[in-house]
Amino acid sequence: MFDLERWQEIFETIRKNKLRTFLTGLSVASGIFILVILLGFGQGMRNGIAHEFEQDASTSVWVWPGVTSKEFKGLNPGRRIQLRNENYSKWNEQNTARIEYNSARIFVRDVSVTYGNEALVYGVRGVHEDFQFIENSRVSEGRFISYSDLVNTSKVIVIGNKIKKDVFGHLDSPIGEYVDISGIPFKIVGVFKEQREREEETLYIPLTTAQRVFNGGDRISNMSYTLPMAENFDQAVAQAVVFKDELKEYLSQVHTVHPEDDSALEVWSALEEAKRYYSLTGNIKFFFWFVGICTIIAGVVGVSNIMLIVVKERTREIGIRKALGAKPWSIIGMILHEAVFITAFSGFLGLIFSMLLLELIGPHVEVDYIMNPSVDLNVALTTVFVLVLSGTVAGFFPAWRAANVQVITALRDE
Amino acid sequence: MIEIKDLHKSYQMGSNSLHVLKGIDFNVEAGELVAIMGSSGSGKSTLLNILGMLDVADSGEYLLDGLPIKNLNETKAANYRNKFLGFIFQSFNLINYKTALENVALPLYYQGVGRKERQEKALKYLEQVGLKEWSHHLPSELSGGQKQRVAVARAMAAEPKVLLADELTGALDSTTSYEIMDLIQKINDLGNTILVVTHEDDIAHMCKRIVHLKDGVIVEDKKIEQVRASQYVQ
Repeated sequence: MFDLERWQEIFETIRKNKLRTFLTGLSVASGIFILVILLGFGQGMRNGIAHEFEQDASTSVWVWPGVTSKEFKGLNPGRRIQLRNENYSKWNEQNTARIEYNSARIFVRDVSVTYGNEALVYGVRGVHEDFQFIENSRVSEGRFISYSDLVNTSKVIVIGNKIKKDVFGHLDSPIGEYVDISGIPFKIVGVFKEQREREEETLYIPLTTAQRVFNGGDRISNMSYTLPMAENFDQAVAQAVVFKDELKEYLSQVHTVHPEDDSALEVWSALEEAKRYYSLTGNIKFFFWFVGICTIIAGVVGVSNIMLIVVKERTREIGIRKALGAKPWSIIGMILHEAVFITAFSGFLGLIFSMLLLELIGPHVEVDYIMNPSVDLNVALTTVFVLVLSGTVAGFFPAWRAANVQVITALRDE
Repeated sequence: MIEIKDLHKSYQMGSNSLHVLKGIDFNVEAGELVAIMGSSGSGKSTLLNILGMLDVADSGEYLLDGLPIKNLNETKAANYRNKFLGFIFQSFNLINYKTALENVALPLYYQGVGRKERQEKALKYLEQVGLKEWSHHLPSELSGGQKQRVAVARAMAAEPKVLLADELTGALDSTTSYEIMDLIQKINDLGNTILVVTHEDDIAHMCKRIVHLKDGVIVEDKKIEQVRASQYVQ
């Protein structure tokens, strides 16, 4: 390996057989290049999907009531289920240990919102103080709805950042301004930000205020929770499923709903969805690996092929060298040494080029579900190693055969 | 230098066995210039290949400078070829992507001679065959005669005990052939042992001894008056 004479001999051969060297190198480099790009985009897809998911708190559980579809205990299907304050508070009391944050939500309907003379067409929601954690909103100015707001049924309001920009753009800060909801003034106390602008087009007021001022009674639209983090993902999913099932069972009982009626009460768990997504990205990763391995195999076959042709082409030269006193092993060594050098060199060239490309364009890729494609350096190095190794193994057999061919036969080869 | 006793060789051609050498007895002293003649199929090339350790005899004895050549594995054969023998082929067999100098230096590479010494020696032998100015040319840029001169220089470079030439003028016109023979004679004059396989009478008569092969046996072995090739060369 460190024989200087051998190196000189090889470099001379390479320098004088540029086309052959170039073609061998090209097949190896392009194989590695394609593989790395593929793996990179596989990772990009995982990143993208994971990103899509970070919008709500990952352990959140939501209850959406609907309309019954099954007859149960003499009650006809088609009945609308209405959640009540007591459903919410009773469940919370029984399950404090299992809940991290909890909030009910009510959609305030049939109200008009105005700021001065301007009519605002944004949804108004009554929520509890923990709602910001469940929605994963960030308070960028002022504060969110507080516990004392709920106790005092304060007429305060928190607006989304998009509303701030669209309506209060001329002010330094919208805090302290008043918004009228059906003629009743609400004081702006805070601004929140979301990952998506669409979700910033919402106004939050205290749930108690919403119920009392706008004729809500004790009705609520949704119940929402986040669960405390478990030690690992699978455990968290298991916890969420148990929580979800028990919550559904409880509500079904209270509202006399058939336990298997899915349209009456929908309980949705982000973790369960996450699991589905993660198994999807797992499949995508598997797919990209599959394609990648096929690419490697194609690369190996290509390199082996070229090695075979190279050795065949050099049969006569090998005969001459043997006649001049080259030992079989020195011929095998020479061919393999050259093969390893070319495959390794061009393999790393392909690797560097593809990694560079991923580094350069990766951060700018912002298509839905693809984000920051990148590749693990170890994986990439391993593939180069595999390709070099297989090129060597592929080169060995023809080299070995050529080195053991009778000199006379080899010299007769044209 | 070379001692051969009762050498037999046959080739398997399908179900038939072709007996090519049928008991050859043959000695060559140091410093001889021997022509081995015979029509095609007489076994002269087979004999040369066995002498050159490129092929193995079925039975018989072969001593090279007192050393028995028997049961050689590839590595040992390669070693002996490198140290004891120089080959000159009809089709030159130069490596086409190496320059004349590199071709001549190649046997020295396999002897483990250092790069610098290799090049000096190679240049010395190229000078001896009159191609010093052509040392950095590729074989494709040389004429047939020049290529064969390079091949002769290469065979000489390893300083072998015996030079083996297989139809070395077969691919050359007669003028060039005589030039090459002149070179061979001069090398022989320096004391080198040379075996030339040929089927050309005039080339054979430029040697000092002619061995006639026919159907695998030596039918004639005579010393002759050497014809100097220099008289044909201007």
